[in-house]
Amino acid sequence: MTMHDDPAQPVLTTDVSVRAHHDMGGISKYICEPIDTKPHALDAFDREVDALRQLLSAKGLMTVDELRRGIEAIPEGTYHRLTYYQRWMRSITATLLRKGVIAEADLLAVLQPPA
Amino acid sequence: MTQPLPAGTVVRVKLDWPELRGPVHIRTPHYLRGRRGTVVRYLGEFPNPEDIAFNRPPDLLPLYHVSFEPHTLWPSGVSGDEVLVEIYGSWLQLEGA
Repeated sequence: MTMHDDPAQPVLTTDVSVRAHHDMGGISKYICEPIDTKPHALDAFDREVDALRQLLSAKGLMTVDELRRGIEAIPEGTYHRLTYYQRWMRSITATLLRKGVIAEADLLAVLQPPA
Repeated sequence: MTQPLPAGTVVRVKLDWPELRGPVHIRTPHYLRGRRGTVVRYLGEFPNPEDIAFNRPPDLLPLYHVSFEPHTLWPSGVSGDEVLVEIYGSWLQLEGA
């Protein structure tokens, strides 16, 4: 890792290999690549995930900071493949499993397609 | 840091990469590490999100709006534009101290 300590000598921040993959502000690829700033319509899944997160927060089971930490922990390849609210769902699921709010067996049973 | 830093204080964001030391949740963008900026205003004290994210009892930290000159951050940065970022006091060092 090389870093310039002199602010008069800017470096391309993409040279910094230790940047976490979600920490995308200011990277040079967005000089070349347009950023989609249009509002996106929410579908039923998106709304349900958002409602679930608000309920978990209201019940003191999970903070927004934990949500963000869980999103940032999604491996890079998966992270870029998932939609915004799919990332939320991944983080919520991982957090609730880790805290023992839900059990893996129960989750798998619910996800099991009906026989 | 008992007294909040006054507006106009020249600071430097710590050149630190906690990402290398294990799972973390960091609110200080990568492109500001080691960079010099100026305190614009003190925003109050807030529980440290780096702790809350891991369900640890959080310290209360001062939060600031800090302004940076774009040309000191990026080769294509335009002087006269402003980059204004919320940064926790734990990430700031007094420049020259």
